[in-house]
Amino acid sequence: MIAAAGRRVGAGLLVLWVAATAAYVALLAAPGDTVDSIIGDGPDSPLIRSQIIAEWGLDRPVILQYVDFLWRAVQGDLGRSYLLQRPVTEVIGAQLWPSLKLALAAAGVGIVLAVVLAVTTRRRWARRISSVSELIVVSTPPFLIGIVLLSVFSFHFGLFPVSGDRDLSALVLPALTMGLPIAGTLAQVLRDGLDRALDEPFAVTARARGLRENAVLVRHALRHALLPAVALLGWSFGVLIGGTVIIESVFGRPGLGQVAVSAVSSGDMPVVMAVVVFSAAGFVLVNTVADLAFLLIDPRLRRS
Amino acid sequence: MIEVENLRVVFRLPKRQVEAVRGVSFRIEPGECVALVGESGSGKSVTARSLAGLAGPGAQVSADRFTVDGRDMRGATGRDWRRLRGRFAGLILQDALVSLDPLRTVGAEIGEVLRTHGIGERRDRDARVRQLLTDVHVPEPERRARQYPHQLSGGLRQRALIASALAGGPRLLIADEPTTALDATVQAQILTLLAERRAAGETLLLISHDLAVVSRLADRILVMKDGRIVESGTTGVLLSAAGHPYTKELIAAANGRRRPARTEPGPVVAEATALRKVYGDRTVVRDVGVSIRRGEIVGLVGESGSGKTTLAQLLFGLTDPTSGHVRFEGEPFSGIPERARRPIRRRLQFIAQDPLSAFDPRWTVRRIVGEALGRGESAEPVLARVGLGPEVLDRYPRQLSGGQRQRVAVARAIAPRPSLIICDEPVSALDVSVQAQVLDLLAGIRETDGTALLFISHDLGVIRDIADRVLVLQDGRVVEQGPVKAVFDHAGHEYTRTLLAAVPKLEVRT
Repeated sequence: MIAAAGRRVGAGLLVLWVAATAAYVALLAAPGDTVDSIIGDGPDSPLIRSQIIAEWGLDRPVILQYVDFLWRAVQGDLGRSYLLQRPVTEVIGAQLWPSLKLALAAAGVGIVLAVVLAVTTRRRWARRISSVSELIVVSTPPFLIGIVLLSVFSFHFGLFPVSGDRDLSALVLPALTMGLPIAGTLAQVLRDGLDRALDEPFAVTARARGLRENAVLVRHALRHALLPAVALLGWSFGVLIGGTVIIESVFGRPGLGQVAVSAVSSGDMPVVMAVVVFSAAGFVLVNTVADLAFLLIDPRLRRS
Repeated sequence: MIEVENLRVVFRLPKRQVEAVRGVSFRIEPGECVALVGESGSGKSVTARSLAGLAGPGAQVSADRFTVDGRDMRGATGRDWRRLRGRFAGLILQDALVSLDPLRTVGAEIGEVLRTHGIGERRDRDARVRQLLTDVHVPEPERRARQYPHQLSGGLRQRALIASALAGGPRLLIADEPTTALDATVQAQILTLLAERRAAGETLLLISHDLAVVSRLADRILVMKDGRIVESGTTGVLLSAAGHPYTKELIAAANGRRRPARTEPGPVVAEATALRKVYGDRTVVRDVGVSIRRGEIVGLVGESGSGKTTLAQLLFGLTDPTSGHVRFEGEPFSGIPERARRPIRRRLQFIAQDPLSAFDPRWTVRRIVGEALGRGESAEPVLARVGLGPEVLDRYPRQLSGGQRQRVAVARAIAPRPSLIICDEPVSALDVSVQAQVLDLLAGIRETDGTALLFISHDLGVIRDIADRVLVLQDGRVVEQGPVKAVFDHAGHEYTRTLLAAVPKLEVRT
């Protein structure tokens, strides 16, 4: 058990390291000069340039800079933003919670909606209608869903704020926008799993005990259907991270997405690196939780 | 208790209709044990399940008379059926590994019946579950109730499944192939358990493809074929004076038939000396020596977990022995790199229990057999040898019957003209009459090609019918070996005698 946990943590650290290094290499290869990025719109002269190079240690070999970055990252220091001249952890820290809130809310909407849809639409027509709507939602670009939701619920009915992150009501539409495609994909996988589980002999046995069809569905089949759905959910977190960028700009929300976009376009390397590391950490965390959920759902995976 | 007249079950599939049951009539009296016997596809399971309203999705059930527990069940609602299920009739399905929910504890599965029908107080339920497990002779019921199906042996699983069927105190127990997936000794124990229930006054409906299994328990036997009851009668009369040719065929299959070798065995084809295989701290195969000669059929028997499959894997070169070695046609076959083994592999073939999972489902028969043939050779003559016509060439494994699939497996195995074929439970998944056909086929191939066969089975009846020599394996050790007749008639080892005693035999009671 401890060895297994150790392996997981080790694998997680490896993923973090690979992600950070890959981002580092990609940013080195990207066009643009670091000194230009640091100067930004400020005064520019050869003297200032040499000062900057000395201060940031840019004259050292790339490999040394990389090792230095790693060493400080391990100690929790992700450097200073070129642009804002503030510690990166501070810049990111302020934006982390709004993004996390959105991702969690979206995942929650997706899961609840998917389970409800898959379980309640078992009969022929409900099933077809639900299945087709899911496909439509999944194949529509999220920003379009966001704009449609905005124009209906905010502009037309005025039920929710158009932008910002003042209170919970501001979270509803963005969470729905991101949650709907997740719900669509998840519901399809769940429905498939339910179909398969209900065909198994144990489902027949359960019916033979006098169980109602709904009880067979919820008490027996649903757990079996959850297994592939959990795997999918772990994976969909990556999509969620990518999605926040667009959704945050559609709804004018603060968050990591906005920070990441401006950091990439202005070559603010420390911030970009931090966003990558945080996203990778989130991904590792979510997938570890998914693995634990597997163990919880399926006793056959627990060893002895 | 149950009265059925002219029962019909039709499955409406998207493109066609399948008539599974075509006008079946019978009655079951309280305290009786009735057996429904027939091969897969005969409609016996569908008939039994429709008695619990569980014929299956898309099934249309009609009857002139359909009385269950005194109630007319024609046009019964789901609610009517649910009240009967578990309470009036308990259902036991074939394989407990898949018939118990693998994600729930055994105790939860048994307790579910009590909960669904509101039997007893909630706080008494755990005790009741333990009592039920004790009733079906599950040792350590407290611990077992907390375990999951995969943590239990096949026999214990089946007992737990029976306990769950008994939980609602049903008056009728419907057991659909309750022993098919089990080892002979465990099979015998489960049959004894069912006999106990019968002695306790329970009414039993047994469904099986094996007359030998039901002959011990049943008062009456109904023989089904193609959705109809072709013959019925009390067990004694039916077995001693069967009228219908199909019944006679089933009786012959249950009795078995020796297929002795007509030629002397030739030189040694494969030989293993002092084989030992250790996995972690478990020794699976201990100092096993075996040699197989040309034209010889060697049987390998033992219960699951006795090391049969590992021994086969060692001989087949799928895994290397921890110590000892294997020689094939005089050359070393173990301890050499796979690249050196590959040219020899054509001379050594394998037939698995379930060909459906051994074939690529997207390949046609032509391609499956063609893969084993040389360039430019046609699959047709090989298929003809196993009794299959050219019409199966373009079919997929799914479109074949179990017997046809096993014939294709045999065709693929004999196509490269091997000197040894290892058969791992090749007929265990087949109906008895089809079993006999496949055994005939294998015995014939030994005769014409001089191929040696290593025949692994937990079914001693099958070994007796086909093998020349037999090795009895227990805990990875050969405890007894010798000519089949000698071992079967005068078993020297206690374990062999237990195995032999457990083989179901046709018992004609008068």
